[in-house]
Amino acid sequence: MNTSVRVHVSCDASALALGAGAIAQAIVAEADARGVAVELVRTGTRGLLWLEPLVEVVTPVGRVAYGPVTVADVRALFDADFLRGGAHASRLGAIEQHPFFARQQRLTFARVGLVDPRSVEDYVAHGGYRGLRNALAMESSDIVQAVIDSGLRGRGGAAFPTGIKWKTVHDAAASPPSALGSESSKYIVCNADEGDSGTFSDRMLMEGDPFCLIEGMTIAGLAVGAEQGYIYLRSEYPHAHRALEAALANARAAGWLGADVHGSGRRFELEVRLGAGAYICGEETSLLDSLEGKRGQVRFKPPLPAIKGLFGRPTVINNVISFASVPIILERGATYYRDYGVGRSRGTLPIQLAGNLKYTGLVELAFGVSLRELLYDYGGGSYSGRPIRAVQVGGPLGAYLPESQFDTPLDYEAFSAVGAMLGHGGIVAFDDTVDLFEQARYAMEFCAVESCGKCTPCRIGSTRGVEVLDRIGAGIERAKNLALLDDLCETMRHGSLCALGGLTPDPVVSALKHFPEDFAARTAGAGG
Amino acid sequence: MRSIAETDLGTPKSAATVQVALTIDGVDVRVPAGTSVLRAAAEVGIDIPKLCATDLLDAFGSCRLCLVQIEGMKGFPASCTTPVAAGMKVTTQGGRIEQLRRGVMELYLSDHPLDAFAADLGSEMQRMAERIGVEDVRYGFAGASHARAIVHDREGREAAIHGGTSHEERERANPLFRPVDASNPYFTFDPAQCIVCSRCVRACDEQQGTLALTVQGRGFASTIVASQDDPFMQSECVSCGACVQACPTGALLEKSLIEQGQATRSVVTTCAYCGVGCSFRAEMRGDDLVRMVPNKDGQANHGHSCVKGRFATGYATHRERILKPMLRAKISDPWREVSWHEAIAHAATEFRRIQAKHGRDSIGGITSSRCTNEETYLVQKLVRAAFGSNNVDTCARVCHSPTGYGLKSTLGESAGTQDFDSVMQADVILVIGANPTDAHPVFASQMKRRLREGARLIVADPRRIDLVRTPHVAADFHLALRPGTNVALLNALAHVVVAEGLVDEAFVRARCEADAFARWRAFVADPAQSPEATEAVTGVPAAEVRAAARLYATGGNAAIYYGLGVTEHSQGSTAVMAIANLAMATANLGRVGVGVNPLRGQNNVQGSCDMGSFPHEFPGYRHVADDAVRATFEQAWGVPLQAEPGLRIPNMFEAALDGDFRALYIQGEDIAQSDPNTRHVTAALSAMECIVVQDLFLNETAKFAHVFLPGSTFLEKDGTFTNAERRVSRVRKVMEPRNSDGTRGYADWEITQLLSNAMGYPMHYAHPSEIMDEIARLTPTFAGISFARIDALGSIQWPCDAAHPDGTPTMHVDAFVRGKGRFMLTEYVPTSEKVNARYPLILTTGRILSQYNVGAQTRRTANNRWHGEDLLEIHPHDAEQRGIHEGDWVGITSRAGETVLHATISARMQPGVVYTTFHFPGSGANVITTENSDWATNCPEYKVTAVEVARVSQPSEWQKRFHAFDEQQQALLEQARDAALDTPH
Repeated sequence: MNTSVRVHVSCDASALALGAGAIAQAIVAEADARGVAVELVRTGTRGLLWLEPLVEVVTPVGRVAYGPVTVADVRALFDADFLRGGAHASRLGAIEQHPFFARQQRLTFARVGLVDPRSVEDYVAHGGYRGLRNALAMESSDIVQAVIDSGLRGRGGAAFPTGIKWKTVHDAAASPPSALGSESSKYIVCNADEGDSGTFSDRMLMEGDPFCLIEGMTIAGLAVGAEQGYIYLRSEYPHAHRALEAALANARAAGWLGADVHGSGRRFELEVRLGAGAYICGEETSLLDSLEGKRGQVRFKPPLPAIKGLFGRPTVINNVISFASVPIILERGATYYRDYGVGRSRGTLPIQLAGNLKYTGLVELAFGVSLRELLYDYGGGSYSGRPIRAVQVGGPLGAYLPESQFDTPLDYEAFSAVGAMLGHGGIVAFDDTVDLFEQARYAMEFCAVESCGKCTPCRIGSTRGVEVLDRIGAGIERAKNLALLDDLCETMRHGSLCALGGLTPDPVVSALKHFPEDFAARTAGAGG
Repeated sequence: MRSIAETDLGTPKSAATVQVALTIDGVDVRVPAGTSVLRAAAEVGIDIPKLCATDLLDAFGSCRLCLVQIEGMKGFPASCTTPVAAGMKVTTQGGRIEQLRRGVMELYLSDHPLDAFAADLGSEMQRMAERIGVEDVRYGFAGASHARAIVHDREGREAAIHGGTSHEERERANPLFRPVDASNPYFTFDPAQCIVCSRCVRACDEQQGTLALTVQGRGFASTIVASQDDPFMQSECVSCGACVQACPTGALLEKSLIEQGQATRSVVTTCAYCGVGCSFRAEMRGDDLVRMVPNKDGQANHGHSCVKGRFATGYATHRERILKPMLRAKISDPWREVSWHEAIAHAATEFRRIQAKHGRDSIGGITSSRCTNEETYLVQKLVRAAFGSNNVDTCARVCHSPTGYGLKSTLGESAGTQDFDSVMQADVILVIGANPTDAHPVFASQMKRRLREGARLIVADPRRIDLVRTPHVAADFHLALRPGTNVALLNALAHVVVAEGLVDEAFVRARCEADAFARWRAFVADPAQSPEATEAVTGVPAAEVRAAARLYATGGNAAIYYGLGVTEHSQGSTAVMAIANLAMATANLGRVGVGVNPLRGQNNVQGSCDMGSFPHEFPGYRHVADDAVRATFEQAWGVPLQAEPGLRIPNMFEAALDGDFRALYIQGEDIAQSDPNTRHVTAALSAMECIVVQDLFLNETAKFAHVFLPGSTFLEKDGTFTNAERRVSRVRKVMEPRNSDGTRGYADWEITQLLSNAMGYPMHYAHPSEIMDEIARLTPTFAGISFARIDALGSIQWPCDAAHPDGTPTMHVDAFVRGKGRFMLTEYVPTSEKVNARYPLILTTGRILSQYNVGAQTRRTANNRWHGEDLLEIHPHDAEQRGIHEGDWVGITSRAGETVLHATISARMQPGVVYTTFHFPGSGANVITTENSDWATNCPEYKVTAVEVARVSQPSEWQKRFHAFDEQQQALLEQARDAALDTPH
C-alpha cells in the first residue's frame, strides 16, 4: 500500500476516559506490524459518547465509523480490512447518517470530531476563519450589528443578548475618566470555567475545535476595539488546556493572532489563564476578580463588566459557546443564524444529554425541541430501563422537572415560565429510584461548598439550609422547619448577591413542589 | 467601632457636580450623581439598615440588609451599590423588605455569640439586631457555628472545649472556632464575633493600602486572617487601626475600649505627632481618654490615622511624666520639687542676674515644633520683647530650615505649595529623600491610593524604601543615589529637561525671571551636569535618570514630595532650590496635582517657623532688619526690638563654650538627643549657668537643666497646629493640665506667660484665641485666621486674608508669591564628609513607623513592641566583608565619635551605605554625626557621615558614660520624688 489511510480517533477527554488513547496506540502498532501506512489523526469527539472510543476511517466513499472499539478489537478490525471500510460488528457506517447525528443541526459544532484541533490548515480547509475574513472587511459597528441581528443570546446561562453586550463595550470609552497611564484598553474574556453538572459542550468544543473559539474571540476584539483576550479555563480541563495552547501557538504562527491579524494591521492577543477549582469563578464577576489575581469573589452590578470589567476596563465576557457561535454568524450572515430557533431564542443550542439515559452526548439543535424528544428520541430513554422521573436542566442550580413538564420546549422563555432555566443546556435525567429529598439537600450542600462567602444569605443560608433539611428528613418539628425552609429560600432568592445563592432555592423548591412525597419523615440516620 | 460622635452615611460622598432628583419613601431628594441610594436616603434622615456599608469605604454589597425596592427594577436591589438615577422611586420599608431583613439578621444571629452584646458598647451589629428585631432564631444554635469552641454530638450533647489536648477533645473541638487574637498591644480580634463583612479587609486595602488582611477560605468557613493566617502582631499589619475603626461588631476592638467602657463625650482635636496633622476625636469617659478616633471630616486625613496617632497616647499618663516644677543649683544635685511660683521666680531671677552680669545677649530661648502656634509665638515674643534679643531658634533648624530658605528664594514663600488632596490629581509623583510610609504614614496611604489608581512613581533614595515596592505599588524608577549627591542628581534631571527640549517655555516666559532662567539654562545645559557625567558621582545609571526626567517632564501633572533626605545636607538649601527650579521649568506649579511639597517632620514645624522662631525673622518670615516690620512689632509689643539677627542653635553652643552665652529657656525640644555631635552639645550645655527645660519628661537635655517646668500634653490645652500643607487646625483641651503643683496646673503658653510676667514684661492672655488674634493682627498671611473662623471651616490653610478668606489650598496660582519665579544656580559641591580607607562607609539616618523622632512619647508606649531599639542596617556584602551577622553588636566609628548598635542585614541598603534611626537616646546616633551643616541655614548634615563598622563585644565608651550619667540623673529625680512623698505640699 503506497498511500497512507487516514484514521481518526478522538482525543476528547470523554473518549480518552474510555480508552481512546490505547486504541490509537494499538492501531499504530498493528499498522506497523503489518507494514500498513496509516495516518492517525486525533480529532475531537463526534458527541455520540456511548459509542466511544470511536474510530473513523477515511475511505474513498467517505468516513466509515466503528465503535465502541476495544483494544482487543483492533487486530480483528485490520483483519476485517476496516481501512477500506470492511465489515465488522462495530461498524457503524457514516456518522452523518447515524440517527443521533443525522437529525442534528450542527452550526457551532460543525467541525468538532471532523478536524484535527491542532491544525490551522485543517480548520481553514473546513471553512474556518471565513467569519473573521468577513469581519476584517467590516466596520466594527457592523460586526456588532450582525451579532445583534443574529439574535444570539449568552449561552452560559443568563441568555443576555450577546450583541447588546458587545455594543455596550463598543460604545464605552477605552480609558478611565482620568488621564492616568498610557494603557487605554478593553478586554475580551472567555468564561471557560464550565462547572455545571452534566455539561461538557465547552470542553468538547475547546478540545475538538479550539480555533472556532479563537476566531469568535478575535471577531469580538475587532467588534469592540479590544486587543487583548483571556480564556479563563477551569484547571480540571487539562486536555482542553493543551488543545488551546497548541491552537493558540499555531494561530499565532500562522498570523491569525498577534500584532497583525491576517495582515490587517489589527492587533489581537489571546492567553489562557487557569482557574483554581472554584465553581463561583464561573460567575462572571468572580471570574474577573480571579483573573485579576484576586480571591474569586462576586462583584456587585452595576457597574456591568461591559462598562467596568477586567482591571476596571470595558470588557466583553462571554461563554465559550457564545463566542464559538459568532464565526458562523459572520460567515453566513445574521439571518442565516436567526432563521433557526423559536420566539426570542434564536439559533441553535448545543444540548448535553447526561445522567440516566441510554444515549448520552452532544445534540446541537435549533431552539424549540421539546424535553421529551431529547430524552426519548435522542437519549433513548433511561439507561436503566426504568421510567424517567425527573430531569434537572441547567446545572446544579436548575429546577427539577417532573414528567408532566417534559413537553416544555427548549426555549429560554418557556423554561422560565415553568420556574426552570435552560442555563448552559445540560440535561441530567433521573429514573424513578432518585430521592428528590437528597437532591434538594445536595443543592444546599453544593451551595454551601461553593459559596464565595461574600453575601450573608448564601454564606450562612446554605449551611443552615442543609441543617433545616436534615431536621425535616429526621422528622423534627416538620411543619416549623418546612416554614423555615420556605423563608430561607425567600431570603436566599431575593437577598443573595449573585445567582449561586439566588438560584439554589430553585432545585429545592421544585423538588419540594413536584415530589413532596420524598420529603416525608425519614428513618433515623437518613439524610446525612 | 466608629466614633460615638459620627453618623455613617453608608457610602462615600460623590464628587459629581450634577444633581439628581429622586423620591425615597415619598420624600423628594436631590443629591450629586453617583451617590448611592443608601446615602441619598441617609442625607434626608432615612436610615436604611446596613452592616457592610460605611462611608469611609467603597460600597461592597455583602450584608444584604440595605435591600430596597425601586420602581421598574426587578427584585430587591441593595441600596448601597445602586446609584441614584433621575426620577427613581425608592421604597425602603414595607412587609417584604422587612421580612428579608429579618431573614438576613436571623441568619447572622444564628452564628453569633449570645453574649456578644453584653458589654453594651453599642456596636452597629448590636444596634441593627435590636432595630430589626428578630424575636426567635428559628435555626437554633446547635448548627455549624463560629461562636462556640464546642461542638454538639449527634445526641445534642455539648462536647469538648477548643484547644483540648486529648485525642477525643480534639475530635470534638469545633474546627470553625478560632480563639481571640490579643497579640497586638492595642486591639483584639475575636473571630467569633466576626460577620465577614470585609470592612476590615477593605479598610486595610482602600484606606491604609497595606493589604495585610484577607478572607481565608470560602462560604461559611470564610474567616478574616492577617497575612498568612498569622497573629496580627506577626503579620504585615502596621497597626494603623483602620480595621478596628471599620469593624461593625466587637470582633476588632480597642483594648482600651474593652477595659474602660464606651466613651461618653468626644472632642475634635489635632494629632501631636507628625506633620500630616491628622484630625482626631478624643473620646472621653469623664477625664479619661478612652481612645482616639480619626475624624471623618478631618481635611488632612479623612478619617485615617497611623499607629502613633491612634494608639500611642499612653505617654500622657506614663509614670515617668514629670508633673511638678523642680529646681536644683547644679546638675549633680538632687532635684527638689517646688511650687510654680518658686520655679518661675527662680528662673526669672537667674535670667536677669545672668543678663546683668554677662550682657543682654547672654541668654536665649528655643521654641518647640511640638507646641502650639500660640505657645511658639509667645516664646519668641518672650525672647524678643522680654529678653530683649533675637536669640531664639527652633528645632526646625535641624530639619526644614533649608526648605524655608530655598523656597523663599525661588518661589517667595517658605512653605509647601499644595494641600495633601492635590496628590489625588497627580499623574507622576517624585519622592526624593522622604520615606512617607514610615514618617508620614497617613499621607503615604493617600499617595498609595493614587498610585494604585495608576499614577507613576519615581523614588530617589539611597535605600529601597517600602514605597519602591509595596502591594499594588511599584516605582517606575528607583534612583538609588549615593547619600550626599542630591544636587548632582537634581541637576542631571534638569539637564535632561533642558537638553531634550522639555522646558515649558511659555510658562517660564510668563511666570519667571528671564535673566535668572537664562543663566540657569546655560548652567544646567553644560555637559558637566548631564546624567552621563554625574553618574560617577551619584551612582545612578544615566539612562534611568534620563527616563525619569522625561517621565517627570511629560507624564502629566507631576508633583514632588521631599523630606529630610533633601534638607539635612551640606547642600540642603541648594537641593531645595534645585527642586523648585525643576518644577518651574516644567510648569509643575500653581495648580492642583503638581507642586513642591516638603513633608514636615513634626506636628507644628511649619507653624513654629511661621511664628517667628528663627533668630532673623518675625512671624510671617519677615526679616528683623526690616524697619517697617520691626516698627509694627515695637508698637504692638511696646518695647524696642533688635535689628540684628540673634544666635542660631549651633551659635548658641559655640557662644556657651566661649563663655558668652549662659542661660537658655528650652520649651519642648531635646537638643541633647536630636542635635548632631552630642558630645559638643553636652559640653555646651554643661558650660551654661541656668538651663530651664519645659517638657513632659526628664529628657536628655533636662539632665543638664537647673529648672524643670513640667509641660502639658496636647490633650491638656487649647491652641492650633499648622501641618505640612500650611493647614492651621485646632488643638482642643480635653482634660485639665496634669502638672499641678497642688494649687493649679498650666498649659505651656501659660507657663511662658508666667515667666514673662516674672521677668517684668507683662503678658495677660486669658485664652490662646487672644494670642491668635494678636498673630493675625501682626502677620498678613494670618490676617483672616481666628479660632472662630477655624471652628467654622474645620481648618484653614494660610495665606488667609481678605483676598483668600477661606485660606489657600494651592499657592502660586496666578503668580509666584515673590512675583516672578527665580531660578537659582545650583552647582553641586560635594560634602567635605568623605569616605576614605579609614571610614569607608556612609551612615545615613532616618525614621521608622512605630517610633517618633527622639522617642520621648512613643518610647513610653507599647510601640516599643515593634521597635525596641535602634538597629544598624547594613548591606549583606558589607556585612560579610566584616564578618557581621544578623543581631551582632557592631561598633560604628566616625570622625566625631563611636557608638554600638545591633546589626541587621538588609538588601534594602546599597553596598557602602549603612543606616540607623535615632529614636533611642542610648543609641548615640548623634554621637557619630558631625558638625557639618547646610551652607545657608546650618541645618546639620545628618544624612552623610563617613564611618567604619566592626563587630564588637560591648557598648562604646560614650554609651557607658551615657548610661552612668543617666542612672545618676534618674537617681537625682527619684530623690526629688521621695522627698515630696515625705513632705507633702
